[in-house]
Amino acid sequence: MTVTMLYAVLFYAAVAILIIGLLRRIVIYTRVPAPLRIATMPAPLNLGGVVLRMAREVFFFESLFKSTKWTWLFGFIFHISMAVVLLRHSRYFVEPLCSGIEFIQFFGKYAAFGMVAGLGGLLVRRLLVDRVNYISAPSDYFMLGLLLAIGLSGLGMTFLVHTDIVALKAFFLGLIYFDWQPLPVDPLLLIHLTLVATLMIVFPFSKLLHVPGVFFSPTRNQIDDAREKRHVAGWAKETAV
Amino acid sequence: MADFEVPVLGDDPICPVPTLKPDAMKGIKPFIVNNPMHNTDLGFPGSLVENWQEVAIAKMGDLLKKYRSLQVFLDSCVKCGSCTDKCHYLIGTGDPRNMPVARQDLLRQIYRRYFTFAGKYFPGLVGAKDLTREVLDEWYSYYHQCSQCRRCSVYCPYGIDTAEISMAAREIMDSIGLGQKYTNEILGKNIKIGNNLGLNPKAIRNTLEGLEDDVEDATGVRVQYPLDEKGAEVLMVTPSADFFAEPHIDGLVGYGKVFHQAGISWTLSSKASEAANFAMFIGSYANKKRAAMRIREAALELGVKRIIVGECGHAWRVAYSFWNTLIGPFDFLDPRYPVPQHICEFTYDLLKRGALNLDKSANDHRVVTFHDSCNVSRASRMGNFPGGQYHIPRELIKASCNHFVDMANETIHEQTYCCGGGGGLLTDDLMEVRVKGAYPRMQALRHVQKKHGVNYLASICAICKSQFSKVLPYYNFDREMVVGVHQLISAAIQLGTKE
Repeated sequence: MTVTMLYAVLFYAAVAILIIGLLRRIVIYTRVPAPLRIATMPAPLNLGGVVLRMAREVFFFESLFKSTKWTWLFGFIFHISMAVVLLRHSRYFVEPLCSGIEFIQFFGKYAAFGMVAGLGGLLVRRLLVDRVNYISAPSDYFMLGLLLAIGLSGLGMTFLVHTDIVALKAFFLGLIYFDWQPLPVDPLLLIHLTLVATLMIVFPFSKLLHVPGVFFSPTRNQIDDAREKRHVAGWAKETAV
Repeated sequence: MADFEVPVLGDDPICPVPTLKPDAMKGIKPFIVNNPMHNTDLGFPGSLVENWQEVAIAKMGDLLKKYRSLQVFLDSCVKCGSCTDKCHYLIGTGDPRNMPVARQDLLRQIYRRYFTFAGKYFPGLVGAKDLTREVLDEWYSYYHQCSQCRRCSVYCPYGIDTAEISMAAREIMDSIGLGQKYTNEILGKNIKIGNNLGLNPKAIRNTLEGLEDDVEDATGVRVQYPLDEKGAEVLMVTPSADFFAEPHIDGLVGYGKVFHQAGISWTLSSKASEAANFAMFIGSYANKKRAAMRIREAALELGVKRIIVGECGHAWRVAYSFWNTLIGPFDFLDPRYPVPQHICEFTYDLLKRGALNLDKSANDHRVVTFHDSCNVSRASRMGNFPGGQYHIPRELIKASCNHFVDMANETIHEQTYCCGGGGGLLTDDLMEVRVKGAYPRMQALRHVQKKHGVNYLASICAICKSQFSKVLPYYNFDREMVVGVHQLISAAIQLGTKE
């Protein structure tokens, strides 16, 4: 029961920190003005074009693709696999399941391999390419290690040592509906959950801020309309000449 | 010729990625402002203030609240390495601090230390650092080895633009009295006198009259180069280098011939005798506005209907992307034309309407390639479609020359390499940085020289023209191979046949 209590508190805290931390950042990004048009040209001439540009950036990593194919490949495999894995995991928080979630279960099981492979590629690159190695801080390795460990511990439970997944689902549904249920005490599961909670907690304080950041990037989200429209920020109005 | 090693050009159009040479360019830096007036004219302390750390941190906090770019860019980098081989200074020097992300990190490490939870409590983990004198020296050195060309921003998955970071860093340094002599001295002249060179109206008038005589001698036609002419249709704002430097002045000659043949009245202004706006290089919004405001005032005083900007890269960025916001609205001008208009847009429109008579054979001794200037390519536009800034100048060249060749795709359009002298680096005290930074462009040029016999390099930027004139000889090119686009038009235009 102590373990259940501990993890219940941990996950409430992790969710709160993740949401509040991210919201706080998003509020900051929204409030700080962009006083000059600085889109990287050529840029779209209308909002529809910007939405497309952003979609290409978010879903296909367009700029990275222009730059370095290996990093793009590893990064893309990692992110897309993780997205599928996350979708698959929604089955542990939703009852009853919708058909989409059921459909993705099979792919989700194997996507974890893609996630680990992508992360492995990124790690090797970080270690071996002298330029990338030079710019890496301990936190960059920590983040890769954390995600790798999450992926490997998850794979371990899927393919090697199964946990009581029905009880686990009851635990999480219990958290959601404030009707606490016992958590299965399996070492691999506890490791997996601890790592995931850690990831959620460090998210708003780390480079994972690239997730909200990309949407606020002025060089990507601005319309090329500077000759047609003025964009005077509040503070800039008072700038004396 | 040089007291440093000049990169050796290879056969491939693309330079190899260098192995890293840590600290190769450490301590290389431009002169610091030594005459306090050059800082105080711009509203900065005359020299380094005593409590500079405190002031610098406060300034950083201020900028974080004013510029979303800075806040988002400092947070979002994941150190993916995408930008690491994209900077011409990295390619030319091998100094890892010239990798865009490493250049950003010089500021980011301080941001993290003083403004983020992780950096305050776990500095070692996230690479956060205290703002020491050593860090400040690195800032001064490496933020003046960035020409703010934005090439890195093209390849960043989050659009992080090192130009924004280097502008913020320079603004912080200016706010503590650590100004760069070249940029601040020139900007002061621009704001006080009206142009970067400090030319007075009389000197400009003399030059222009001399030009009228020269053109008449050469062509038999008296082309006007008017100054301060009230009631003219067009105010022409051009970099002051066009008044005296070679080959710039030949471009100015070309503008005049185009206006002459089109029969459109125009004037230069002694008050707004400068298109350049070096305030952009130091990020200063107030000074950008001050320098640009002279142009609005001149347009109002002269009663013109249109404003056209001459061949100058960063000036076009400021004009195209910032003027309307800084000094608009331009409701007193003719609404049928965009404000401002680039001289290439203007000439291109005339060309399409058949208003110009160009004889391409006049340039038959030339095999021309075109250098896309960074600020035109990645920070502005021409015409009414994205990419017009690449299309229009090339169309002008092709209309005036029979022989045109592009350099390798990886080195033109949005991927163009900086000339190596932009962003306030066009000063002799940074010669090593400039020569090494020009390496990727020189390599691509050598390729088309060997393959296609290219003997002229056309550009539409005063800084590019000056920089190339200076660095071409280091790579065994003829310094006179650099030309302006309107210089080519000037040679091809048949005066007396249309007007």
